[in-house]
Amino acid sequence: MDLLIDALGESFAPATAAFAIAAIGLNFHFGLTGLLNMGQAGFMLLGMYGYAISIRNGLPIWAAILIAMGTAIVFGAILGWPTLKLKGDYLSIVTIAAAEIVRYAGRSQTFVNLTGASVGIRGNEYKGPFEDLSPFPDERITVLWWTYHGSASNSWWLRLVAWTFVGLMLLVFWRLSRSPWGRVLKGIREDEDAVRSLGKNVYWYKMQALIIGGVIGALGGVIWSLGNSVQPDSMGRATTFWIWTLLLLGGAATVFGPVVGSIVFWTALSLVKGLAKLFIPESIMPSTVIEPFALMLVGVTLMLLVIFRPQGLLGNKKELAFHA
Amino acid sequence: MPDPTIVAGIDPVPGVAKPDAILVADGVKRRFGGLTAVDVAHFEVQRNTITALIGPNGAGKSTFFNLLTGFDQAQEGTGTFDGQPLRGMPPAKVARAGMVRTFQLTKALEGMSVMENMRLGAQDQPGENFFTAFVPPLWRAREREITEQAHELLHRFKLYEKRDDSAGSLSGGQRKLLEMARALMSKPTMVMLDEPMAGVNPALTESLLDHIIELKEEGMTVLFVEHDMHMVRRISDWVAVMAQGKLIAEGPAGSVMQNEAVQDAYLGAHHDTDLGEDL
Repeated sequence: MDLLIDALGESFAPATAAFAIAAIGLNFHFGLTGLLNMGQAGFMLLGMYGYAISIRNGLPIWAAILIAMGTAIVFGAILGWPTLKLKGDYLSIVTIAAAEIVRYAGRSQTFVNLTGASVGIRGNEYKGPFEDLSPFPDERITVLWWTYHGSASNSWWLRLVAWTFVGLMLLVFWRLSRSPWGRVLKGIREDEDAVRSLGKNVYWYKMQALIIGGVIGALGGVIWSLGNSVQPDSMGRATTFWIWTLLLLGGAATVFGPVVGSIVFWTALSLVKGLAKLFIPESIMPSTVIEPFALMLVGVTLMLLVIFRPQGLLGNKKELAFHA
Repeated sequence: MPDPTIVAGIDPVPGVAKPDAILVADGVKRRFGGLTAVDVAHFEVQRNTITALIGPNGAGKSTFFNLLTGFDQAQEGTGTFDGQPLRGMPPAKVARAGMVRTFQLTKALEGMSVMENMRLGAQDQPGENFFTAFVPPLWRAREREITEQAHELLHRFKLYEKRDDSAGSLSGGQRKLLEMARALMSKPTMVMLDEPMAGVNPALTESLLDHIIELKEEGMTVLFVEHDMHMVRRISDWVAVMAQGKLIAEGPAGSVMQNEAVQDAYLGAHHDTDLGEDL
């Protein structure tokens, strides 16, 4: 029973929301426009740095969020400028490398005063102003079966804000994907040259898609950092692949796909880990192996999903299915 | 039907000037490494005619087509469309200037519905701007106009019943029709058709021909690349023939095939020499 409650608690954890937001951003890239951005974690990390460093230097929250978004705009523009004129694969090569560059730059001792190098930035250096805004009491609160702190770190307050952000981003995606603007992006996903022949500036639209998706990714990073700390290695390649995984799991090009994918992914992961701990004796599988084992099981599930339901849980096979 | 009167008095020689040319290309050269794929000294298309561009395989027709529509850039040469210089103009801008094209391998946007394909063809939709897209009242009125225009065209091209189906579910011929209808959404002055008959079943050929003739009746200019000589004779007012990258002949459809250079290009220079005894 505890196991189930823990797993269900994962379904609305701040990290789940943060990943859902990052996946909504990726949905602009891949789902709508067909851009293979393999560096979404880089956008998230930039958002985290942008926010944390701004707050540490005494800027108000709204300014810090704008700076987080601004770094993503600049990063997207720099990435897109040389690569969006080329065919799709080049973008994925450049984005995966660029995200690693951001991570290594963050780790490097050169910027230690800014980024804290590989140690990162501790939560209490930048979480204060956000937690001060909390309307909830400064103590642990139990709602139904779950007990979390009201305001500090992994709190009810962060959950409220995080899921409000998810809602807002869903609204943005819903509105844009059903607008003539979104229609141009879908056209580009299907065939760039056809859209060119209809008089649309394909390069400029791809740039807009890359930037808006990246900005949303950066916001996801901000949310994630408010529940954890800013640590460059938490935003490595694996993070990008998880975002891809849960987008494809939920269904690319759908409004709710990224959210459903994120919830199912994190809940399932927690459940598998819990069950493995419960039923597999220590002598067969020591607790240190449980984590990788759970990830492996999730991986197998995903392979089955891609084979038997390539459009994801909510997707439309006619519109967009994952095919290698 | 071909109308001899609109091209009457034009000399059937390659590169001849036309009294009212909508499209002019001058000294266009496109080389791929050592191969000169296109080397057209001068070419003009008379306004409001159906002009066919023919030639044997590898003659450079499609490359020339890509150069004219901005999908490829020539190393040398200039061109004008309706008085605007074409040199260096990107394809989207060429389309906005009023010259839209279709593709030899049909490019229906398969993951989208027929209706969305059509809507995408329209110009001046303010909702295609990122910021305007957030505020539907700013683009709904235009969207309604576009939808109405799309319905008319879909009726005309007999695709109306299919409007909510995904374009990927259409047959090859229907995709050609959709591509042409979609191109018309932008109300072009000139339509460039790259092998409109390729892969179309014979039952649809007639209606496709009628649609092309209708374009001319509505005042548009049509330039098309085609292999099917029967079709070329049926509908084109003027025929330009390319071989080995060069424009080798021009003239009305009836007479151009009698041209010696054309016969040589298609059949080889010695096609009527009897070689049998010399072997």
